[in-house]
Amino acid sequence: MSDVAFAPAISPRPPQRRRRWRLSVGTTAAYVAAIALAGVVILPTLFVVISGFRTTPQLNESAVALPDPWVLDNYRNILSSDDFWRFLGNSLFVALIATGMAVVFGAMAAFALSRYEFRFREGFYTLFTVGLLFPIGVATLPLYLMLRELDMLDSLWGVAIPEAAFSLPVTIVILRPFMRAIPTELEDAATVDGASKLTFFWRILLPLSAPALVTVSVLAFVTSWNAYLLPFLVFTDVNNYTLPLGLASFRGQYSEDTAAILAFTSLSMIPALLFFVFAQRRIVGGLTGAVKG
Amino acid sequence: MVSTSPDRVTDLPQALAGRAPARPARRRGVLRRRLELSFLIGPALLLFVGFVLVPIGVAVYYSLFDWNGFGPIDDFAGLRNYRTALTDDTFLESIQHNLVIVGLSLVLQLPLSLGIAFLLNRRLRGQTLLRLIVFIPYVLSEAVTALVWLALLQPNGAADQTLEALGLGGLTQLWLADRDIVLYTIFVVATWKYIGFGIILFLAGLAGIPKELREAAALDGASSWQTVRHVVLPLLGPTIRIWIFLSVIGSLQLFDLVWIMTEGGPANGSEMMATYLIDEGFRRYRFGYGSAVAVILFTICFIFALLYQRFALRRDMDGAVTGGSR
Repeated sequence: MSDVAFAPAISPRPPQRRRRWRLSVGTTAAYVAAIALAGVVILPTLFVVISGFRTTPQLNESAVALPDPWVLDNYRNILSSDDFWRFLGNSLFVALIATGMAVVFGAMAAFALSRYEFRFREGFYTLFTVGLLFPIGVATLPLYLMLRELDMLDSLWGVAIPEAAFSLPVTIVILRPFMRAIPTELEDAATVDGASKLTFFWRILLPLSAPALVTVSVLAFVTSWNAYLLPFLVFTDVNNYTLPLGLASFRGQYSEDTAAILAFTSLSMIPALLFFVFAQRRIVGGLTGAVKG
Repeated sequence: MVSTSPDRVTDLPQALAGRAPARPARRRGVLRRRLELSFLIGPALLLFVGFVLVPIGVAVYYSLFDWNGFGPIDDFAGLRNYRTALTDDTFLESIQHNLVIVGLSLVLQLPLSLGIAFLLNRRLRGQTLLRLIVFIPYVLSEAVTALVWLALLQPNGAADQTLEALGLGGLTQLWLADRDIVLYTIFVVATWKYIGFGIILFLAGLAGIPKELREAAALDGASSWQTVRHVVLPLLGPTIRIWIFLSVIGSLQLFDLVWIMTEGGPANGSEMMATYLIDEGFRRYRFGYGSAVAVILFTICFIFALLYQRFALRRDMDGAVTGGSR
C-alpha cells in the first residue's frame, strides 16, 4: 500500500515494466524502423530550417554543413517584408471563408439528408458523394473560365467559394452518419417539448455533433490552406497570392538566393505545423474516421 | 438538456394528437417541411452544382470547339480535340507516367506502409510522438514539400552528399534533370509526402482488430506469417481497399508537386495528365483542347471509380455512388 501512496503512477505494474525491457526481435525491429522513419521525415525538414541560417555563399561552398557563422538575416528579411505576412493573411482569409461556408452549408444539408424522409433523399446524397471522386484538379480549367465570366478572377472569394464547394462532399459524407446516429428519442423528446425541427437542429443536434464538426472544419481548412492549383490559375496579382503560391513564386524571383528560399520555405512550414500540433487528433481521427465511414 | 420534467410529459397526448390527419393543418405542415428542406439543402446544392458539376459539364461543351479563351465560341471542332489528344505522343506518354505512378504506389507504397504499420502496431516508447512525426509531411503543403526536395536534390546537394558519405557515391544522379530518372524521383518525393497517411490509416485499422483473434490463431498453431496472411489482412481489407482507391485517384491527378518541381520536364519526362492539361489549356490558350484533355482525365477517373466501387468497394462504403447496398 505504501508503494501506491508514494508512486501511484508506476506501482500498479512493476512486473510488466521489467518485462518491457527484454526486447523481442519484433520490438527491436520496430524501434529500428521507427527511428529510421522518424529520421527520413525529420532530416529533410531540419536540413531546410538549419540551412536557412546560412548564407548563399556558404551553401554554394558545401550543401550540407552547420551554419558558420549562424546568420539571422534570411529569416529577418522575410519576416520584415510585407510579402510573407500578406501571403499568410490571404491564406488565412481564404481558408476561413472556405471552411465556414463548407461547414455551415454542409451541416445544414447533412441534417436534411439524415433527419428528414423525402423522395429524392438518397439521390441527393449520391450526387454529393460523386463529388468525392473529383478533387478540384479535374475541374479547374472550366472553373477558371467560369470565374472569369463571373468577374471573380483575382478575388480571394473566387478561390474561397469553389474550395468550399469542393469540400462539401467530404463534409456531408462525414456528418451524415454522425447525425443519423444521434438517437431519435432525443428528437422526439424535443418535439414533445414543442421544439420545431429547426430548433432541434440548432439547439440540440449541432452541439452534439461538435466533434464531427471540428473534424470536418479541420479537413476543409487544411485542404484550402495547402491548395496550389486554383490560386495559381485565378490570381495574377501578387497581392492576392496565398502562401503556397507565394512560396513558389518567391523561388522563381530569388532563384539565385538559395538561402533566402530555404528560409522562406521553413517559415511557410510553421503555421501548418502549429495548426497540426493543435489539431493533430482531429486530423488523424477525421481522416481515418472518414475512411471508415 | 432535453427537459423531461413531469409537467411536460402531460403534453405528450397533445403532441400525438397534433399528428392526427387534420387536413388543412397537414397541408400547412407539408409546405413548411418543403420550405425547411429547401432552406437546408438549397445553399449546399447551389454551391455544389454551380462550382463542381456545372464546370465539368461546361468543359464537355468547350471540348467540342477550337477556342483560345477569348471572343465567340463558334469554331466547332466536333471530336477533333479528342482525336488530337489521344494521338498526341506527349499526352499518351503523360497517361503512361500517371499509370507508372499508380503501379509503383500499389507495388511499393502499399506493402511498405502496411509493413511499417505492422511493425509499429505494438507498445513502443514515444509512440504518440512517432505518430505525430510520421504525419508531418502529410500536413505540409505540396508547395513546401516540393521546395524542400528541390533543395535536397540539387546536383551535388544534400541527397548526393549523403549518398557519398554512405559510400554510395556511384548512385548519385541528376535527380530532376535526367529524363529517365525524374519520374522515379517524383515518386519518391510523393511517397515521402503521403506514406504517413497510409501508415496512420493502417494503424487505425489494426487497432480495430480484436487481439483475441490473433491469439486464437496463435493457439491453433498458426505462424505469425499465417496469422497475418489469413486473419489480419482479410480483416484489414476494407482499409486497404479504401487506401487503394484514394491512392489511385490521387496518382491520376498528381499536379502540384510535379508542376512546382519540374513543370513536367525535362523534355516531358515527368509530364502528367494534369500538368499537360494546364500547360496546353491554360498556358497556351487552347481552352477547347484543354477542356477535351480535362474530360478525358475526368472520364478515366470516373470509370476507375465506378468499376472499383462496383467490384471492390461495394461492401465497404455504405452505398456511396453506386447506391443501394444498404
